Amino acid sequence: MTGRIARRFAALKEEGRAGLVTYLMAGDPDIPTFAKIFEALPEAGADLIELGMMFSDPMADGPAIQAAGLRAQKAGITLRKTIGLVRDFRTRDDTTPIVLMGYYNPIYIYGVEAFVRDAKAAGIDGLIIVDLPPEEDEELAKPALKGGLDWIRLATPTSDDKRLPVVLRDASGFVYYVSIAGITGTKSASVEAVAEAMTRLRRHTTLPVAVGFGIKTPEQAAEVARLADAAVVGSALVQKIADTAAKGGDVAAAVLADVRALAAGVRKARR
Amino acid sequence: MTTRNTFRAGPDERGHFGIYGGRFVAETLMPLVLEVEKAYEAAKKDPSFQAELDWYLEHYVGRPSPLYYAARLTEHLGGAKIYFKRDELNHTGAHKINNVLGQALLARRMGKRRVIAETGAGQHGVATATVCALFDIPCVVYMGATDIERQKPNVFRMKLLGAEVRPVTSGTATLKDAMNDALRDWVANVDTTFYIIGTVAGPHPYPAMVRDFQCVIGNETRAQMQRLEGRLPDTLVAAIGGGSNAMGLFHPFLDEPSVRMIGVEAAGKGLSTGLHAASMNGGRPGVLHGNRTYLLQDEDGQIKDAHSISAGLDYPGVGPEHAWLKDTGRVEYTAITDDEAIEAFQLCSKLEGIIPALEPSHALAQVMKTAPTLPKDNLLVMNMCGRGDKDVFAVAERLGVKL
Repeated sequence: MTGRIARRFAALKEEGRAGLVTYLMAGDPDIPTFAKIFEALPEAGADLIELGMMFSDPMADGPAIQAAGLRAQKAGITLRKTIGLVRDFRTRDDTTPIVLMGYYNPIYIYGVEAFVRDAKAAGIDGLIIVDLPPEEDEELAKPALKGGLDWIRLATPTSDDKRLPVVLRDASGFVYYVSIAGITGTKSASVEAVAEAMTRLRRHTTLPVAVGFGIKTPEQAAEVARLADAAVVGSALVQKIADTAAKGGDVAAAVLADVRALAAGVRKARR
Repeated sequence: MTTRNTFRAGPDERGHFGIYGGRFVAETLMPLVLEVEKAYEAAKKDPSFQAELDWYLEHYVGRPSPLYYAARLTEHLGGAKIYFKRDELNHTGAHKINNVLGQALLARRMGKRRVIAETGAGQHGVATATVCALFDIPCVVYMGATDIERQKPNVFRMKLLGAEVRPVTSGTATLKDAMNDALRDWVANVDTTFYIIGTVAGPHPYPAMVRDFQCVIGNETRAQMQRLEGRLPDTLVAAIGGGSNAMGLFHPFLDEPSVRMIGVEAAGKGLSTGLHAASMNGGRPGVLHGNRTYLLQDEDGQIKDAHSISAGLDYPGVGPEHAWLKDTGRVEYTAITDDEAIEAFQLCSKLEGIIPALEPSHALAQVMKTAPTLPKDNLLVMNMCGRGDKDVFAVAERLGVKL
């Protein structure tokens, strides 16, 4: 089974560069503005798109993404609408991989079987569910894999050599390395720490590795791109939406300009 | 489901009580959650751990707490013979310290140098700050900004005890948000920090561990009732927020078919208004804070605010073992409104000279309904899980009295 994620990472390898993964909260700051940004992300240089699924109690997220969730909720986002946004996107772009990221409860309430079916049909490629560790694989990981969705595992600084095989069992698509022990958008890991983690991870998996948490600037993205298969930027983009909206500026233009700069950084860092 | 011969065997090795419980946490925390489980299992088997805990419970907390026959209330209600389990007489004024002592001793055993906790009414925060002062462990308590406003005396108490109280402004700024921020702190300080959860919720092993530490309530009740009446009680009543005091009273009696148990949720302004904290009477199963349980939530799976005059019951979930006991039908779960609790608060103060906390006032209001329907030889135990000093201001305001 080679889906869009595998094809995209294969193409990046061919190009000899790492990818840029962007995270935005679906429906932030409002649904029409978000749809406009979402549509333009591939052209601005996002190689893979993560969409946040709004949840009222995001226990692994820092203030920037918490606030994004509240804006999206106020704008009337729901899980059904998030899936619908992807369906619309797919009418124009059938190659950029899209991964949903969030927490389990909205999916549990939607119904696991219906969710997997609807997500797959809409053109969603994979899932990152923060509060479903391997110990709870029966809940969604297994149904998702069976339904043709990639199940992207999170590895963290607390994943030691004993834990990694558990974490990486049944991983698919890519591995998301959470480079700090902490919540989104706070600390940043040192280049040395990321390099060491990459060496450790490569011993346990042949899947591509994306590194995220704390990457804010094109320079940081470039540093990570030299070591990993992709760099993930989330909170910095989400914060740009908040800041620009607060000033009454053009939110889409501002966030897409940042994506272009990050993409340039990543592309410069040829390996 | 097959017939079971015990209600006390749970959870299974994955932390499940039926479909409830589990370990729904971020991967960063998983190794530590597994470590806590291992350390707790080892401590349980170590007689010196239990002996040390027992020593502190006797000499520091003041256990056993009395089982008190409430003669005037019994006469007033004209039915069941009513006993109070007097856990409000514990040091720090509530049942919370039973659990905090156990977890703090475990944290010390695990070599953790820093403790965090969440608190709603402040009772768990005060108990944690107290034990951390005793053991000389730095302590950070997360408390919703809304709760800080309505529980000022407890905030000052925690500060006097040397704890840092961090106001939580995210979400609705109440107990659930305090728990979110405590989990965020834990993820960021996973090497040094032990999270002392205040109720029978959270990822496995917390629901079982907190229950075990609170079972001292039920175990004492059983022995005391045997001494006083020569038999088991007939009816047990306790208030339920997360459900730790109720679980502590109920669990040792779960396999006694003759013992009826009633857990009392907070109905706030009334179940039909939607402004309540009764997750089992007005919610449905979902996943939050590390476990599957009954939750107040909307059709999109977003968690709704709980509403109760009692900050200690103001939580949109409940411990997973209660969720399971509800589905099996072993325990009845009812709900009591703010107004009914206030009435019980006043009645108990006047009849028994005991000012109850607003949390057990909910249980007491249920007793006022249930006791008159029972025969005089029905032995009823209500868990007086906290004293009302902290609530005097809130009740005065509610009654329109200016202090």
